[in-house]
This record gives sequence, C-alpha cells and structure tokens, in this order.
Amino acid sequence: MMPLPWIMVFFPWVGSLVLLALPRLRVAAAVNIGCAAVSFGLALGLFTLPHGEQGWTRIDALNLPFVLLASFVALTTSIFSAATLAAEGFDHWRIRAYHGAFQVFLGAQYLALLSDNLGVLWVAIEIATLASVLMVAVHRTPAAMEAAWKFFILCGFGIALALFGTILLYSAAQTLLDAETGLSWVALKRVAAQCDADTLNLAFVFLLVGFGTKAGLVPLHSWLPDAHAEGPVTISAVLSGLLLNAAMLAILRAKAIVGAHPDTLSVGPLLMALGLASVLLAALALWRRRDARRFFGWSSIEHMGIAALAFGIGGAAATLAGLLHMIGHSLVKSAIFFGIGRAAQQKGSQKLADISGLVASDPSLGWGLALAIGAIAGLPPFLLFASEYAVLNAAMAAQPWLAVVLALGLVVAMTALIHTLQALCFGEATPDVAPGGSTLAVLVPLWLHLAVALLLGLAMPALFSSFLKAAAGMIG
Amino acid sequence: MSFGQLPYDLAHLFGGAVLLLSFVLLYQRRISAVINAFATQGALLALAAAWQGYVQGAMGLYVTAAIAFGAKAVLIPLALHRLVRRFNLQRGVDPALGIGASMIAGVAFAGFALLVVLPATAGQRALAREDLALALSVVLLGGLMMITRRNLISQVIGLLSLENGLILAAVGVAGMPLVMELSTAALVLMLAVIAGVFALQMGESFQSLDTESLDTHRGEGE
Repeated sequence: MMPLPWIMVFFPWVGSLVLLALPRLRVAAAVNIGCAAVSFGLALGLFTLPHGEQGWTRIDALNLPFVLLASFVALTTSIFSAATLAAEGFDHWRIRAYHGAFQVFLGAQYLALLSDNLGVLWVAIEIATLASVLMVAVHRTPAAMEAAWKFFILCGFGIALALFGTILLYSAAQTLLDAETGLSWVALKRVAAQCDADTLNLAFVFLLVGFGTKAGLVPLHSWLPDAHAEGPVTISAVLSGLLLNAAMLAILRAKAIVGAHPDTLSVGPLLMALGLASVLLAALALWRRRDARRFFGWSSIEHMGIAALAFGIGGAAATLAGLLHMIGHSLVKSAIFFGIGRAAQQKGSQKLADISGLVASDPSLGWGLALAIGAIAGLPPFLLFASEYAVLNAAMAAQPWLAVVLALGLVVAMTALIHTLQALCFGEATPDVAPGGSTLAVLVPLWLHLAVALLLGLAMPALFSSFLKAAAGMIG
Repeated sequence: MSFGQLPYDLAHLFGGAVLLLSFVLLYQRRISAVINAFATQGALLALAAAWQGYVQGAMGLYVTAAIAFGAKAVLIPLALHRLVRRFNLQRGVDPALGIGASMIAGVAFAGFALLVVLPATAGQRALAREDLALALSVVLLGGLMMITRRNLISQVIGLLSLENGLILAAVGVAGMPLVMELSTAALVLMLAVIAGVFALQMGESFQSLDTESLDTHRGEGE
C-alpha cells in the first residue's frame, strides 16, 4: 500500500488523465470538483499520520497546514471554476487542456509541499510552472501569449538558478551523506553544522533568488502581475493561493538548512532586503494600475514581501507571524479573485475604470468583495490584521527603523486598496454587459474564504496554532 | 586527483570546451549557426558527463550522457532547424547588445563565476570546485544570451544552454543522486517542447519570432 502522502500527490495526476479525455464542460467541471474534494479529504487524513518521512516525502508541522490550505483553496476554486468557465468560451480542446493542467498543477503543488527530497521539490515546482504556463496561455490572445512567455522565461531562469543552488547544497554535504539519504532535507539539516559554511552561503543565495522568482519577490517579480491578469480567473486564485506559498516554503526549508550551521552568513538581512523592496515597490505600483487583476497581482507581491520580511527578522514570533500571513493572504486573495472574476464577467471588462458600484448592482457579490479587499488591506478583524500587527511588532523589536519603513509601505498600500475598494464596490454602478446576480457557486467560495479568514483571525483552533508554533520553531 | 593526471585533465578539457562553446554561441550572427553551436555544446556536454561517469565509476552518468547527446546534440537542434525553415527565419539574431559588448560582458561573467565559486568551495576537491566554477560560467553566459538577444529562438537556446551548465554542475559533483539528472534531462525536453509550441503559436499570431512584436501588447494600455 502506498503511503498516504504519495496518494495525495498521484491522485490529482490520475484525475488529470481522466479529465484530458472529457470534452464536455459540465462533466469535466464536475469531475474536477470531485477530484479536488477527494484531495481535500486526503489532506485531512494526513493529519492522522505520525510526523516523519515516507521515502521522498515528509509530513511535519510546517507542511501539513499548507497542504490543507492548498487543498481547500483548490476545492473552492474548482467550484468557482465550474460556475464561471462557460463564459470563457472554450472549445473542447481547451476544456481538456485547462482541466488537465489544473489537476497536474495541484498534484505538483502537493508534491512541492510534501517532498523531503530537495531534488523532488525542485521537479515539483518545475511541473507546477509548466502547468500554470499552459493555463495562463490558454486564451491565446496576444496579451495572454506575452504573459505566458514572460512567466515561462523568467521562471525558467529562476528555477534553473534554484537547481544550481540545490547542486551546490549537495556538494557542500557530499562527503557527509550516503546515496540513500541523497538530497533529503532532514539529512541535510542534520549534517549542515559540519558542512563548509561558504558553500552553504553560496547555495542559499542561488536558492533564494531561484525560488524567490517563483514567490514573486522584487526584483524578479515582473512575471507575476501579467500572469495573474491573463488566462481564466481561476488561475489567478491558485497562483496567489498556492504557487507563491510553495515557493516561499522552499525558501524556508533552505533557510533552515543554512541556519543550522553556526558560521554561515546571516540569511535574515537578505530576506529582509528582498521583502522590504517588494513591499515598497508594490505599495507604489498599486497606485498606477488600471487593470483590476494586475492590481491584485501587485498586492500579492506586497504580501509575499511582508512574509519574507517576517522570515528575515527570524525568531519564533516573527516566523509564526510570517506563516500566519501567508495563510491569511492565500485565503483572502483567492476570495478577491473569485469576486473580481465574477464582476469582470458582469461588466465585460477587467479594467478598474469599467467596474464600479458592485454593491448596488449585485449586493452579495459587492459586499463580499468589499470585505475581502478590506481584509487584504489589513483591516480588522480578519487574520491578516493580526499577522501584520505581529510582523510590525517583531520589526519594532528587531530594528525600529525597519518597523517605520514597513508601516509606511503598509499605509501606502492600504490607502491604494481602500481607494480601489471604494471605486469597485460603491459609487455609481456601471452598466452590466451580462446582467443577473451571482450564483451560489460563486458566492459560497467567496464568503467561505472570508469566514475562515475571520475565524482564524478571531479564534484560531488550538490544533492549528500548535502546528504553526512547532513549524516556526523548526525554521527558527 | 590533481593537475597533470589524466582523469582531471580530461574532465577539465571537456568542461572548458563546454564553456568555450558558450562564448561561441554569443558571437554567432545567424540563427542556424547558433543552433549548430548549441548542438556542439550538447555533444561536448555528453562527453563531459560520460567521462565523469568513467572517472567516478557511476553507471548512471552514462545514461545522463546518452540523454544529453540524444536530446541536445540531435533532437532539439533538428527540431529548431525545422522550425527555422518552416517559418523562413534564416536571418540575423538581432542582438540587443552588440557582439563585441556581449563578449566583454561574457568574459566579465566568467571571471565573476571563478571569483565567487573558488573561494566559497575551498573545502572541496579541486576537480569539483573548478567544475562548479565552469558550470556557473556556462549558466551565467546562458542568462546573458537570453538578455541580449531579441530573437525568440536565440532566447530559447540561451535557456537551453543555461541548462547545459546545470547538467555540467550536476555531473561534476560525485554521487549526485541520479533521479536529479534524469529529471533535469527530461525537463529540458519538456522545456523545448513547450517553447516550440509557443514559438509556433506566436508564429501564427505575428508572422514573426521577434519578441519585440510582443512589447506592444502590454495588456494594460497606455
């Protein structure tokens, strides 16, 4: 019998084979939801297993919450997808390609999160990239082609550097490892203290730049807004909700290895610099966007920057805040893309100027989107408020000037978000191209994400918070 | 193992030759010449991998060598030549940075790679260290080619050449798990296939493989 984590990885891939054979939209969408639901059940099942390795996979306190989160976002996204895909006007080839690539992407995400072997982790992120490039390009419009090409070339370059970092990491530990353990994260972390510190440093720089490209950190972010703006809107939800997290966790795994050696250069300032640059650039860039989905793509850069900054500060409290921030961001950002995706369909455009007065024209959608944008701006009582507050606190304790600069960035971004919130949801309603309210399949994912973000912000379940605390202790 | 011994010298020779081909790639002015230089680099990479397999006594590296030869010296170049002929692209590489300037930048990159890798890996075997330095130079030159060429095929070859550098690094580190090399090699094929699909589609929509024609489609309007 295969270990459960392996089933978690292979099940979506088997599902994708089935989906490739299904030309009918309704059938394929239903099977897609079924696959995602089974994966969600499997993710819950993982919590019953003892922590440890199963060959090339590993379950621990760090990846379990993120696997559960990923499968939850995948499930709600597949429901949203079923409700809105008809409007994309796909022919049967695109229906096959889209659903197949969606499940391939999910399997690769679970693999990236669960893998213990750094080689496997790298392959997983690679597969996820290829699948998402296909999904971004599926419309084949010039803008979609450019977005996909940029995504492909920049991320291809990034992950190539990450592979070089992985090779360097292995070369540092080469004499201390046997062929059996190979590139195991646990084994590398165990022997890291005896490795050559300079080689570890060099490896970390490559891993940071490589996986940082995928996590959308400035200055390697430029693929992200375009990739979020083209392709079906479901892609934006899973890119922000899953892919960025998987890349960030890869950076954290690398940080834990390098941090296990006492004489390596401190990796904190590197992460802090990239994080702060991302927050500041994104905060300014938010003011200049005209396209709604690019706008929220830039907001993802800002939030990954905040998380990177928290991990750079280091220590249990800041790391915990960073992990919470990633979880809150995934939940709320995918909710925003559900809302904005439906709104763009109603208004027939995704330009910010063409979408207005949603609360008047479709109250349940408009209010949901308004709350979600407020949550992403860091307003209480959602999880992101708690995590941003904790990050600011940690920054204040580490370096007061850091907290001041971060607060400045957060305020500039927040005002841009509130400005957009008012324009999108209130004000004079623009005419609908496709009138009619939103179905439950749109509203339930949106409001469910908000409810979970609210619950986690107000009263985090004890089990979940004990996991995250243990995870923060593992990374340090 | 050190300078003056056959295993070391030959490994160096092959690694150095792969790097040399990276420079050759930089100064080609015609697409078909770029593809041929890439094919030569693939063949040299296969030799380097096979030699490392012999020196390390690792059978897996022969497989890596065979895959590298089949894919990079034969299949991918053939496919690219076909693509060029089909879309009638026998023209210049259209460098964004002049050939002379690219070469100077290339030398600077190679020097940078040596300066970074050699001190950082002081604790390791000489062969592994220098192999890593050569490999990083190849990686950086591949990146340079992606930046300085506007032509789509040249950019793709820059990426593929960059992957050659990765394989060179992986085979030079003794005992690197095989799963990695296989997946990397398989990946290169996939990259090329997808890039080919892209190229074809762009060929349909723009009648040109010049990425500059994409720059007008910012998607956001000005």
